[in-house]
Amino acid sequence: MSLDLPSTGCRSTPVLKERGQREVFCGLTGIIWLHRKMQDAFFLVVGSRTCAHLLQAAAGVMIFAEPRFGTAILEEKDLAGLADANAELDREVARLLARRPDIKQLFLVGSCPSEVIKLDLARAAERLSAVHAPHVRVYNYSGSGIETTFTQGEDACLAAMVPTLPATTARELLIVGAMPDVVEDQCLSLLAQLGIGPVRMLPARRAGDLPAVGANTVFALVQPFLGDTHAALTRRGARHLPAPFPFGEEGTTAWLRAIADEFGVARDLFEQVTAAPRARAQKAIATQSQELRGKSVFFFPDSQLEIPLARFLTRECGMTAVEVGTPYLHEGLVGPDLDLLPSGPVISEGQDVEKQLDRQRAAAPDLTVCGLGLANPLEAEGHTTKWAIELVFTPVHFYEQAGDLAGLFSRPLRRKAILRKEAAE
Amino acid sequence: MKLTLWTYEGPPHVGAMRVATGMKGLHYVLHAPQGDTYADLLFTMIERRNHRPPVTFTTFQARDLGADTANLFKDSARDAYNRFQPQAMIVGASCTAELIQDDPGGLAEALGLPIPVIPLELPSYQRKENFGADETFFQIVKALAKPMPRTEAITCNILGATALGFRHRDDVAEVTKLLSLMGITVNVAAPMGATPEDIARMGQAHFNVLLYPETGETAARHLERACGQPYTKTVPIGVGATRDFLHEVSALTGISAKVDESGLRLPWWSASVDSTYLTGKRVYIFGDATHVMAAARIAATEIGFEVVGMGCFNREFARPLRAAAKAYGVEPLITDDYLEVEAEIARLQPELILGTQMERHIGKRLGIPCAVISAPVHVQDFPARYSPQMGFEGANVIFDTWIHPLVMGLEEHLLTMFREDFEFHDDAGASHHGGKAVARVEPEEPGVSHPRTPVGYLDQDEGASP
Ligand code: SF4
Ligand code: SF4
Repeated sequence: MSLDLPSTGCRSTPVLKERGQREVFCGLTGIIWLHRKMQDAFFLVVGSRTCAHLLQAAAGVMIFAEPRFGTAILEEKDLAGLADANAELDREVARLLARRPDIKQLFLVGSCPSEVIKLDLARAAERLSAVHAPHVRVYNYSGSGIETTFTQGEDACLAAMVPTLPATTARELLIVGAMPDVVEDQCLSLLAQLGIGPVRMLPARRAGDLPAVGANTVFALVQPFLGDTHAALTRRGARHLPAPFPFGEEGTTAWLRAIADEFGVARDLFEQVTAAPRARAQKAIATQSQELRGKSVFFFPDSQLEIPLARFLTRECGMTAVEVGTPYLHEGLVGPDLDLLPSGPVISEGQDVEKQLDRQRAAAPDLTVCGLGLANPLEAEGHTTKWAIELVFTPVHFYEQAGDLAGLFSRPLRRKAILRKEAAE
Repeated sequence: MKLTLWTYEGPPHVGAMRVATGMKGLHYVLHAPQGDTYADLLFTMIERRNHRPPVTFTTFQARDLGADTANLFKDSARDAYNRFQPQAMIVGASCTAELIQDDPGGLAEALGLPIPVIPLELPSYQRKENFGADETFFQIVKALAKPMPRTEAITCNILGATALGFRHRDDVAEVTKLLSLMGITVNVAAPMGATPEDIARMGQAHFNVLLYPETGETAARHLERACGQPYTKTVPIGVGATRDFLHEVSALTGISAKVDESGLRLPWWSASVDSTYLTGKRVYIFGDATHVMAAARIAATEIGFEVVGMGCFNREFARPLRAAAKAYGVEPLITDDYLEVEAEIARLQPELILGTQMERHIGKRLGIPCAVISAPVHVQDFPARYSPQMGFEGANVIFDTWIHPLVMGLEEHLLTMFREDFEFHDDAGASHHGGKAVARVEPEEPGVSHPRTPVGYLDQDEGASP
């Protein structure tokens, strides 16, 4: 396997750090995909009507017979006395759990209002865990906008679970980060073929499948936004296997390679297992990325997926990156991706959205990756955009999704070409 | 604390955003944490606007809490003024900023900007989106509109249309057309489409047309007091209401209410024998009070349905809704909890639901046809084509929209006549809707063998295999 390092990567590129208006989701949005993944969990936001409205706007048409998330909306009287707020919370939780006996994990999710009034949800979680044990375990994390951006909500959630995981001394591989079930199955199947096991997942689909962790645990991340979870696992003695993230053929191979090396998998076996899916991925990428070759791309900050995705688009799809914005840059996690990303783009962390829009307009990139609040306005100005949230909601990891991943970026350009042709006739 | 799964209304600052986004030349500086910018996408995606809402969020973070947030607000307001050069600004706090008590109004005033800066007090823990819109519009009007000499010709203002309003775009166009048929010109339509300079000349109109009491009534009352302008009380949704509205305008102006009705088709469509099967169909109506009251009148008197239940989510209008419900002999449901609405619909088992996007999902779950009459709505209810609810064209649109989800008359007869038929039965569904036809499931009787459903005649389906 040859991962040709570019002459210079972006690891030592000075990062443009900006402060100003941010145009991002808060961490509450993580609930949208986390509650699908954890099938016996309920996410109870303690917040305001704004929080409830955000979840609804982000969940869009996803209305379920009974969604497994909701908001305990703070009212005037809750703000007046915290003692009352705690009593109210206990009552709402008891009522909820009575109505939903299938719930085994309850997450009390903090919001900006609950953080600002200093409602101690960690204590509440302990108290409620004791009341509802052993049937239900109650956790707490914050998805507030003042502390978390978008995918960081998942990080906060997983990090909150780590201290409560059972201890083990077994040498096990832990895969960390929520993935759609189909992708998770592909990942597990590849690892099984390489003879690596046992493999555990965080998050698990059900409370009963939660992994154990200890000094002999090694873990690999499938998402770049898991900084706190990384720290929490390290505190439990587990060891991280740094690697580029499994996007595209190259990313997936490098990611698997890092694990295979750790488990002493022979080169031959590795080649044998990965050859066919690698070829399939390369072929699919080649088909899907025709429109992308030679084009420029500009990333607004959104999910922290930006750096690995820019690496994929530049190296495997032939694009040039103009600016790669990320809400946070954990060098320890995206370092391997930064090494591979050809130097040239501005790497920016944080945001001053008006200034960033000025830069984007000046650069006039062929493709702009941005949030839904910016996409249509930029389209109306004549730019082609790819809305970023889809990258979090769509299966995009590992070999079989590599073509789809390229397709997500090429579709807007293809569409633009079709409509332009029609207009020209 | 109240456990909420889905909400009919957003927080009040979203109402303020609806006013700001509808207007031009106005900028809103909102003290809020970073995640609150989600609200932008309601406008750029659901309403498909081609520009960003004119809102600057301070997007403070945890590390800013303390003395810093006040400076952050000032910097944001100053930058927003320099960059966007608005004619006027509104400033306020979202729910989180309300807790940190920075006083956006005072901070903005201290900047001494050369434009009017209007502070908003929107109590996030008590009130909701419609209040936010109504209050914001009122504050803008109060600050900018002054008494003026009347225009020479008879003109009026149109009040209440906002961004993200259900069919507001086309309602304004339709009502403008109606008024022009009477010979009345529109002075200013606001907030949607108006600039602060337009607001300043609202006082010269002879009267006001209040389209949406939810978002325009406080401003209408203020203009009545401050500028001596009477305002219309009838919302012209439906044929009868439109005619009443024209008479109301006629009484205010002395101009004849007779207008060309040649484009109006609802009355004949409804009178034609094709529509006989609609008689007495049991309908349940839920939404904002204005649209619900209008819909009930159309349903009962213009289409001939039986109104079996009605309700609204906006408590502010509980009183008029209760009064209206009396006329149909039903006990109204005033709630913002969609589970209560669902329980009520399940209990009443109507044949048609008229509601919001929530009721559409309820209808889907219960297998009851539904048409949308009120916000909140999804992207498909911001249509590309002309689709007002108001005036005569609005009546045509309403007839088509409500009848569409129902199984057609002849089809209904066939379904009844051939109820025993394997192909025609109650679960077979309407011919013009997406769902797959389902073959009837033959009841199992011990010892009796039934003929098998012919394979390939109907699509195979979970329910189809015998
Ligand atoms: S940013 Fe804060 S207040 Fe706004 S929705 Fe997110 S958690 Fe709630
Ligand atoms: S298709 Fe008909 S029944 Fe279905 S949501 Fe639309 S109007 Fe309602």
